[in-house]
Amino acid sequence: MNFELLLFIVFALVAAVSSLMMITRKNAVISAVFLVLNFFALAGLYLLLNAQFIAVVQIIVYAGAIMVLFLFVLMLLNTGKEEAILHGKKPIKYFAIFIAAVVFLQVAYLLVFGSGSFTSNPDIEASLSSGTVETIGREIYTKYIIPFEAAGFLLLAATIGALILAKKKFE
Amino acid sequence: MPQTTNEYLLILPFLVLSAGIIVSLCVELFFRKGKELLPYLSIALFLIVAYLSVGQIYEKNVLFGGMLITGGIPAIFNLLFAAAGVLVMLNSIGFLKKYGFYHGEFYLLTQLSVLGMMLMAGSGDLVTVFLGLELMSIPFYVLVGMNRKKVSANEAAMKYFLLGAFATGFIVYGIALIYGIMGNTSLIDLTENFYIYSENIIFITGFILILIGFSFKIAAFPFHMWVPDVYQGAATNVTGLMSTMGKSAAFSVIFILLTAVFMNDAGSKLGNYFAVIATLSMLYGSIVALSQNNLKRMLAYSSISHAGYMAIGLAAGNKAALAGIMFYLAAYTFMNLGAFGIISIIEGEEDKQTDLNSYAGLAKRFPFLAGMMALIMFALAGIPPMAGFFGKYYVFISAIQSNMTWLALVGILSSVISVYFYLRVVVYMYFKEPGEEISVKSDYSAYAAVIFAGILILSLGLFPDTFLSVIEYIISV
Amino acid sequence: MNSIPIEYYLILSAFMFSIGVTGVLIRRNAIVVFMSIELMLNSANLTLVAFSSYLGNPIGQVFVFFVMTVAAAEAAVGLAIIIAIFRNKLTVNIDEINIFKW
Repeated sequence: MNFELLLFIVFALVAAVSSLMMITRKNAVISAVFLVLNFFALAGLYLLLNAQFIAVVQIIVYAGAIMVLFLFVLMLLNTGKEEAILHGKKPIKYFAIFIAAVVFLQVAYLLVFGSGSFTSNPDIEASLSSGTVETIGREIYTKYIIPFEAAGFLLLAATIGALILAKKKFE
Repeated sequence: MPQTTNEYLLILPFLVLSAGIIVSLCVELFFRKGKELLPYLSIALFLIVAYLSVGQIYEKNVLFGGMLITGGIPAIFNLLFAAAGVLVMLNSIGFLKKYGFYHGEFYLLTQLSVLGMMLMAGSGDLVTVFLGLELMSIPFYVLVGMNRKKVSANEAAMKYFLLGAFATGFIVYGIALIYGIMGNTSLIDLTENFYIYSENIIFITGFILILIGFSFKIAAFPFHMWVPDVYQGAATNVTGLMSTMGKSAAFSVIFILLTAVFMNDAGSKLGNYFAVIATLSMLYGSIVALSQNNLKRMLAYSSISHAGYMAIGLAAGNKAALAGIMFYLAAYTFMNLGAFGIISIIEGEEDKQTDLNSYAGLAKRFPFLAGMMALIMFALAGIPPMAGFFGKYYVFISAIQSNMTWLALVGILSSVISVYFYLRVVVYMYFKEPGEEISVKSDYSAYAAVIFAGILILSLGLFPDTFLSVIEYIISV
Repeated sequence: MNSIPIEYYLILSAFMFSIGVTGVLIRRNAIVVFMSIELMLNSANLTLVAFSSYLGNPIGQVFVFFVMTVAAAEAAVGLAIIIAIFRNKLTVNIDEINIFKW
């Protein structure tokens, strides 16, 4: 067993367990903290995949900005605890879990048996160079300039929208 | 790669609208009378976009390394969005005061969402599809909940947002799987090699995940649960916007994804999937609509069944179906905008006067409005010679061409059921005694919108072959 | 990186995606439902980065960049909607905020 595989197993376990914990904790704040942990584990996996830029952005934007926003709102609203997850009436919840399990098994099956279609021998050079800030920046500002501008307008729309919905007083 | 000036000339509709959004933002910010001015500014913008799109309708161009496609089908859609946008704007001028949200942001968000729709219709790459979709959806989430004091609007916004974001999750995962198989996200590559890729089971899984995501947006059956509540809870003009332009934009993406299928007249493995969705949506929408007394809710269920009729064309998957759905979408857009326009005129403050009883005896008090409403209801029910009839007719014909006669028969059955609840409105207006007094303020710009919608419905219905042959010609270019 | 087959990453992300879907369906707190949606988006991101790295082209990572932008925009709007509803009803439980039927 080499070091890389060991790292993968550690990160993957943290990611899987923290995602499970996230949906089963009664207290929403604890759920949010587990989600942050999950995002850190994902950032580790991105580093293993040579995606340095995405790994850093994952921590700065996702774990750092988006999740902090979630935590702020959670603490601001102080929503209290939910009752036990599978509490009471809803057979639909068991059904949901069943469906999700079936979907997972199906996808896993497909991925294992359909795997002939993936490139099995990755080109390490290409893989290393494709994750750098330089490559991604060049792609975004040349080929992806239209989507990039659209993303700008998207953020404008989100800013206006958040203002309309959450501003304290309107005129 | 170097961009030529020519490319920037070809995306002029996008540039004009983007510049217009910035100008509108400044107008809203710096002029106290901004909100009086903005609807007219938006209308002018949409008219310019329409004019520019008509100019490039016959020449198809792939721009910016395959990110955007202009001309051809995208140009038709731009035209549709622009025309519908003008109607929504005319409709909103008076309505927003009544609704209690009289602010300039409404117009800004509408412009932004139209920009998103144009990106969706013109996308040549899954990245553009995704960003266009979000640029359309995020303003919609906000528009649904824009009146913060109304609990029903809050709830509708939250339901729409959570389910919309859920659908986005499916779309992104589907795109990820497709990217893994193709090695890129170009829709041009996808179209050229569709039949090679579709041998791969993971590609098909990803493709179906994307289609599930878009089924949320077109409001087809298993993914329809948000439709009635959101259509009812949102402001009536926003409902008109979402139910027509939002649905058209989602269909435009499905067209792009299935271009290979449509162009080869060959059908696909996905035909059965669409046939099931079509059957369930048509029957569910028509049957549940029978018991609705609120007009907005009734039109919401009817829009589910209309999504079903259009899905018949997706199941048929040939060129005739493509032209048929485009015709249907145009007809549906103007019928629904007309219907929601009239509802927004009749509607009082606090969502009052949207149920059927308010329409009792309307013909005596407001003969003009009642007449227009009757025209639109006949059109929606698919009674010839209105636009709705030919939309359904073309789609059913395409199904028969693809040996799916049973699907066409189910469609006819569902249309027969739907005649009941559309005509019930007409019966209430013309043959019932007026109940309690309703107050309606006259609102000339909204009248103008309704008249335009009526003219378009009639002209689509009286000269269907002309429109269809134009669409078919553009598709074949 | 030859030592780890790409299937491992894909199965991990499929697992996280299923967990996210389950979370959306069984949780009642709107904010937790929204966090489950973020989990779904992240599992899709993991798939994209894994493919991008093994194919040796940056398209997948550029897409992840855009997904993050969209997630940030959605978070801003979504949390604003949740705050607006909390002001009116003092709850964010999906079961309680239902004058309409689901």
